[in-house]
Amino acid sequence: MITASIELRQVEVVFPVYNAASLSLKNRLLSAVTGGKIDRQHDGAIIVKGLQDINIMINPGERVGLLGHNGAGKTTLLRVLSGIYQPTQGTAQINGECVSLINIGLGIDPEATGRENILLRGVMMGMRPSAIKAMSEEIIDFTGLGDFIDLPFRTYSTGMQLRLAFAVSTAVRPQILVMDEWLSTGDEEFKERADRRMTDVVSAAEILILASHSRELLLNNCNRLIWLEHGKIRMDGKPEEVLKQYFGH
Amino acid sequence: MNDFSLINTSQARADILSALKNYYLFITLGWQDVATRYRRSRVGAFWLTINMLVMISVLGVVFGTLFRVPVAEFLPSLTIGIIVWGLISGLINEGCGSFITAQETILQVRMPLATHILRVVWRNMIITAHNLLILPIVFLIFMKPVNYLALLSLLGLTLLIINMVWMMLILAVICTRFRDFTQIAQNAMQVLFYATPIIWHAEMLPGRYAQVLLNINPFYHLLNIVREPLLGSMPTTVNWVVSIVMAIIGWVFALAFFNRFRKRVPYWL
Repeated sequence: MITASIELRQVEVVFPVYNAASLSLKNRLLSAVTGGKIDRQHDGAIIVKGLQDINIMINPGERVGLLGHNGAGKTTLLRVLSGIYQPTQGTAQINGECVSLINIGLGIDPEATGRENILLRGVMMGMRPSAIKAMSEEIIDFTGLGDFIDLPFRTYSTGMQLRLAFAVSTAVRPQILVMDEWLSTGDEEFKERADRRMTDVVSAAEILILASHSRELLLNNCNRLIWLEHGKIRMDGKPEEVLKQYFGH
Repeated sequence: MNDFSLINTSQARADILSALKNYYLFITLGWQDVATRYRRSRVGAFWLTINMLVMISVLGVVFGTLFRVPVAEFLPSLTIGIIVWGLISGLINEGCGSFITAQETILQVRMPLATHILRVVWRNMIITAHNLLILPIVFLIFMKPVNYLALLSLLGLTLLIINMVWMMLILAVICTRFRDFTQIAQNAMQVLFYATPIIWHAEMLPGRYAQVLLNINPFYHLLNIVREPLLGSMPTTVNWVVSIVMAIIGWVFALAFFNRFRKRVPYWL
């Protein structure tokens, strides 16, 4: 297995912001007929620079925290780092299997039973069905759902639904783990066990990327912080220093 | 590594190969789509079969009377036609939205884009398998014999699907960028349903002009290579040649196209 590493060089991400008008073919054709100049202002094809001049090299063992105000480009950078957006300029090299725990409910079908949902969610996490089967008893144990596991997911209480989604999502041990805020797990009794499991996943990952607004969380989990502002890197360094600047200003 | 070829398709091929290698993904998801739709119903996915049976009976009676053709001749051909068309139009109509409906997944999980296309293919193949149950019933009722040629229809079906997938690849990309293209494609399929000999017979067409129109309809050939063997006759050489040539040209074009725009798809969602 190759060791995980991420290298972004001169990355720029430009977003076309399409509204209904510019996603529509009719307007495209009309603007071609009318000469385009006037219509282009009306068709709403605004271009937003999501990221600019991003140079990052992440090595195994690094726990990288992303911080920045809303709209600074955190989500976009998370997507570039997990290989979903391919940069419009520059290069992004991502080595190692990457799993993002952004929406842990992704793939879950409320009509399916808990057991079926373990398979569905697991497949979304990149696990093979055979691997999921081997793990499912352990996952069911962890959720404490008991016989409920064979009932449809929609019949679960919110807490139970969250437990199941959490248990499956944390069953993998990816090389690169991408998270948007820490996974919150709600009920107190479960929280402690969940936190322990989460810590296991995080420490097993070679690279952690965590976007957060929480000072405490970043300080506890990261050994490097990247501060984004207007799609550019404002600061990249030791957590203490970056946090001091970020919260001080 | 691909420097010498005229068009670069390496990334598109890698995407599709990886989708095929991780076949369990599209199989699980496609199966799930069908299961979800019918989970709370007692008859389950066999509603598909029932719906199809009702539709074929009505069309059979109405058009059989209208065209004054013997029902025993007409119904078997109509049944296969409707079932195969159901597959074709399902693939095109749902293929257009392959990426749009998988938006959440595409923006969060790194998986081959072709997986979302193959998921639609798999889903529609399951639905077609349910509809196929009608076929033996119709053949039994009218005591229509089946000969060894029927096996050829499997080859025809394979060729049909190979052709459909390249069309879906292109359509899915275009429809993600231009959302109302989906409506255009759906309208086109509606028109093509009447322009393809499903509820009527190719020999009913008068004049050479109409024959030309019929022959430029790609779905006419694709339908024939599945339907004719089941009815005990060999599809024409033209049917085979058109289907094969279309598959080759279509795939070359689709790979180049997909290679060019694949990266942009997440940005358009």
